[in-house]
Amino acid sequence: MSSYLLDTLKARFTDAVLATHAFRGDETAVIRKEALAEAAAFLKKELGFDFLMDLTAADYLPREPRFELVCHFYSSAHNYRLRLKCPVPADDAAVDSLTPLWAGANWFEREVYDMFGIKFNGHPDLRRILMYDGFEGHPLRKDYPLKKRQPRLPHKD
Amino acid sequence: MNGTRKHETPKHPDLEKLEDGRLVLNMGPSHPAMHGIVRLLLTVEGERVVGSDIEIGYLHRGFEKTCENITYNQCIPYTDRLNYVSPFINNVGYALAVEKLMGIETTARCKYIRVIMSELSRLTDHLTCIGANAMELAAFTVYFYLINAREELYRLTDSVAGGRVTPAYTRVGGLTRDLPPDFKRNAAEVFRKVRRNISDADKLLTRNRIFYDRLRGTGTISREDAVSLSFTGPALRSTGVPLDVRKATPYLVYDRFDFDVPVGSNGDNYDRYLVRMEEMQQSMRIAEQALAQLPDGPINHPDFNVSLPPKEEVYGNIEALMAHFKLTFEGVKPPKGEVYQAVEGGNGEVGFYIVSDGTGRPLRLRVRPPCFALTGGLSKMIQGGYLADIIATFGQVNMIGGELER
Repeated sequence: MSSYLLDTLKARFTDAVLATHAFRGDETAVIRKEALAEAAAFLKKELGFDFLMDLTAADYLPREPRFELVCHFYSSAHNYRLRLKCPVPADDAAVDSLTPLWAGANWFEREVYDMFGIKFNGHPDLRRILMYDGFEGHPLRKDYPLKKRQPRLPHKD
Repeated sequence: MNGTRKHETPKHPDLEKLEDGRLVLNMGPSHPAMHGIVRLLLTVEGERVVGSDIEIGYLHRGFEKTCENITYNQCIPYTDRLNYVSPFINNVGYALAVEKLMGIETTARCKYIRVIMSELSRLTDHLTCIGANAMELAAFTVYFYLINAREELYRLTDSVAGGRVTPAYTRVGGLTRDLPPDFKRNAAEVFRKVRRNISDADKLLTRNRIFYDRLRGTGTISREDAVSLSFTGPALRSTGVPLDVRKATPYLVYDRFDFDVPVGSNGDNYDRYLVRMEEMQQSMRIAEQALAQLPDGPINHPDFNVSLPPKEEVYGNIEALMAHFKLTFEGVKPPKGEVYQAVEGGNGEVGFYIVSDGTGRPLRLRVRPPCFALTGGLSKMIQGGYLADIIATFGQVNMIGGELER
């Protein structure tokens, strides 16, 4: 199956696009993490994807590269959706932030940082968002036990 | 965040004066107008908000982590607790996502019932939002009018699903039970009462000088900012972007109904209020059309690998007994793959992203909560406004803690 969108992406980022597929009609491009910000800018400026609907990650332990950053884009002009994924290895868990392109990426990236420990280069305010300061580990990693207890924190004045 | 100026955290939780005369004011986490629990750390100059930091996470229950460890159908009661004022929309969205992953379609009757229940949920969501918003702005009577209407709807959905707030009504490939026999008549009666109560509230609020002054021009957000902040739902439509998932990418049978998508033009609280008021009328319109067209037939997918076989089959047929056992203990088994399914929730696009590794449990289940983006944009909406406007803006953002923090 060939798609205009995926073909355009492949032609523009020949070296960076690792794979493309369209399972159940969801068009997906897997891209190198170094090229993510550039590809997202291309999608926004050239192809009319004005919404960053969602940004999240998944942990595929024990596979290497372990994490996968998943972005869902939506174009209101063309009424079209596209998923961009990039593999992120555990020893270099850092990706360029999308906050310069979409202000809404701010909280989504904070959540991914909080839950998976993936860092975002250039993020203005990368702090934990759902967990508290002093929380140990990243809960959505597969090696974080379901019923792990956290240490008690001293009372703050 | 307020531009380049770093936001200071007060050393004392009450309030503190900074060197240049600005005050740091702590609003929440337990404040009557912070529905659920959210903490706003505000920097104010007199009555003006010059900076704010929004702290969430008080209601995080690990929904996504929990769901990675249970079967697909066991996740459904958890989805009720995402947005607990419109639980059916979450149920439907989740079931649709798993069905898309499996590549199956439910029966026609099931689709219609799902549409009807989703629209009833949208009504309860908007009624709660406007009622609570009006109450916080001192219109207490309206709160009772709208909550009474919501109560009628809750009784109606209770008669269908057996639960007011946590119905857990859908299953992968179907529903828990069919509509009760007198549902059509009861629904018509309830809609009559809801229309009357909304009309009463409309007369009390829409041209009310105090209410108008509190909402008009407060919490304004531009079209560009709203798009950039991933806003969806009434908050986005109030800025004039006519994006509604039900129209843009119709799911279920939404393409068979005639309804309008109301939009605003100023992106302020008053427009958000008007959009919600009109959407309730449209929801009832859709539900009435769906009730009129409602086909007969089964509500569950016929394949025993998807939905539980009927009890008489289980007791008299070894195949059905095995299917029952396998479905209960191992769960439905979608093929390897990943899908994203969006539905239009009360606050905007509710998206479910599911990754399957071929077993009975999701490898990753992500919910895209609409009010996460909205609350993330709250700083922008209250920036430069009066302290008192936060109440109106926060009410119209309609933050739902369960969905925000999962």
